[in-house]
Amino acid sequence: MNEVLLHAFNGLSLGSILLLISMGLAFSFGLMNVINMAHGEFIMAGAYTTYVVGQHLAPLVGGTDAGLWFLLALPASFLVAGVLGLLLELTIVRFLYGRPLDTLLATWGVGLVLQQAARSLFGASNVQVSSPSWLSGGVVLSGGVQLPYKRVFLIALVIACIVAVYTYLHRSAGGRRLRAVMQNRQMASCLGVRTRRVDAATFALGAGLAGVAGCALTQLGSIGPSLGTNYIVDAFMVVILGGLGRLPGTVVAALVIGVANTLLELSTTASLGKALVFALVIAFLQWRPTGLLALRTR
Amino acid sequence: MALRDSTLRSFLWTWGAPLAVALPLLVAPLVLSDFRLNLLGKFLTYAIVALGLDLIWGYGGMLSLGQGLFFGLGGYAMAMYLKLETSGSRLPDFMSWSGLEALPLFWEAFRSPVVALCAVVLLPMAIASAVGYLVFRSRVQGVYFSLITQGLTLIASILFIGQQALTGGTNGITNLKTIFGFARGAASTQTVLYFVTLFCLGALYLFCRRLTQSRFGRLLVAMRDDENRVRFLGYNPVTLKTLVFALSAGMAGIAGALFVCQVGLISPSSMGVMPSIEMVTWVAVGGRGTLIGAVVGAILVSLGKSALSESYPEVWQLAFGALFAASVMLLPTGVAGFLRRHGSRLVRRHAAGAAAPAGALGEAAVAGPASAGEVEQSATRTEAPATSGR
Repeated sequence: MNEVLLHAFNGLSLGSILLLISMGLAFSFGLMNVINMAHGEFIMAGAYTTYVVGQHLAPLVGGTDAGLWFLLALPASFLVAGVLGLLLELTIVRFLYGRPLDTLLATWGVGLVLQQAARSLFGASNVQVSSPSWLSGGVVLSGGVQLPYKRVFLIALVIACIVAVYTYLHRSAGGRRLRAVMQNRQMASCLGVRTRRVDAATFALGAGLAGVAGCALTQLGSIGPSLGTNYIVDAFMVVILGGLGRLPGTVVAALVIGVANTLLELSTTASLGKALVFALVIAFLQWRPTGLLALRTR
Repeated sequence: MALRDSTLRSFLWTWGAPLAVALPLLVAPLVLSDFRLNLLGKFLTYAIVALGLDLIWGYGGMLSLGQGLFFGLGGYAMAMYLKLETSGSRLPDFMSWSGLEALPLFWEAFRSPVVALCAVVLLPMAIASAVGYLVFRSRVQGVYFSLITQGLTLIASILFIGQQALTGGTNGITNLKTIFGFARGAASTQTVLYFVTLFCLGALYLFCRRLTQSRFGRLLVAMRDDENRVRFLGYNPVTLKTLVFALSAGMAGIAGALFVCQVGLISPSSMGVMPSIEMVTWVAVGGRGTLIGAVVGAILVSLGKSALSESYPEVWQLAFGALFAASVMLLPTGVAGFLRRHGSRLVRRHAAGAAAPAGALGEAAVAGPASAGEVEQSATRTEAPATSGR
């Protein structure tokens, strides 16, 4: 029982990571119908930003243990990945508008370049990012189950991000424009929304969220140039399961896939668990081809 | 005059280009060293994959990121037979390493070469049909299809790595010494295998050409450009798509088997997510929607990779990523499409002095280039319906 509880908790934190990653994917997919294969590299960029901040800035702001640097690394990762995303949108994605498969391929090429750039800058081997001392240890439940603070922090971080994104979507002018363009691009454009600017902003926002995910991932293990590739296919499955461009659908899909992954791994083997999750996604599409919660448009 | 020009041009394009590719490949065994010939033979198997991928993507508009899986399945089916042949009555080495006592039942079937050769084609086709039917039935299109096939590939390679005792795990099936009684590594065997591969490539090329010029091919292009219209005309896109997907999978399976014969090993690293996208790059660079472009693209990109990545692996990945992104953006129809368009512009400039309107008439009179031109032009608009459907 305890083991199941622990695995469910781990699944929840995996799902949160997936959620952070796939939010950006889902929005740019819902908005522009493009899939960004370089999205995984934004995770990697965020992770390496955290690494650099930890290496160079940490001694200036109270040392590695104090952990102020980590709080600085979070926005830094967001910014670096976001700027990279903006550049990608401005230089490549916008010129391929209406050619989603080409976008997929071109962004994959960019992903290769980014991976290689990271390999040249930081070396091909994985690096370890140290943790602030307040993230070590965990909450001990009755029965001896320990929930690590790192994962608790991660879940809290993701919840904060969801709240922020929700607020942006539903309480700000930018979010209103985003929803308008997603529902009906031509109409929004006629009413004076600069749709291309909305596209770029959304893309950058999604990339930034992936960067935050990368920053969080540094606390769960070592990081390397191909960090993103481990998560990206699962994130695509989340997008497929969740339907395009809807926050609730993405949230549910990410948590389902995260928890299902870890729980099925527990009852079978790691490889079989993944296969089962995939089979479930395919089976689900038979029932609802447009995902959990599809956006209704006219 | 103009009519004769365009007839000549279409003749050059339909027969000259394939011959220009075939001739060097035919004389290659006389010129190249054994090692280089083996390498070229490997690239020819890639060209077979590219043909199948071009069929489904270039003509059918469905970008499959699962060709690596089918390539791997064909390869594994062949490798299982060769492994049993090499091992004789003993248990294959990796099985005894992972503590298996007896040969698993499904391996037993692969003692027969007939079963193995059938499995090479039928196994990938069966899986593609099953997944394709389920996916197409729920009208999954465009990017969704790509992502699902990619997921499938990932799962399969994870499964193959996980089942160490049955598949050889990360190492795959290695050390294949004999093939139908001949020593696999011998130069004479390799030369024969090269010609077998070349023959398969040629035969499949002609098959695909017949297919794309037939009603089936036209229907395929029509479906790519407007699936709903095809549906309303009374055709069933699900059957059509599933069939094409299965065909391309079968071709990838054949390629995988030929690959194993020449290289002597198969491992999950040649069937995963990365190789699958690499396969797409061959077609994208060569030119989707032109079969010969896919063949040339596969050979050229693989040549470039082996030439550059031997000496500068970092430069290769950097340059390839950038070049590929640029080529997708700037040359959406690939090298073949560019050459054709550029070539016809040159010809047109020459013909401009004679009679401009006659040139257009002449082009329409010859069915071949006109329909091929349509293919090329609409290749850039392939995905447009997907976005307008929102």
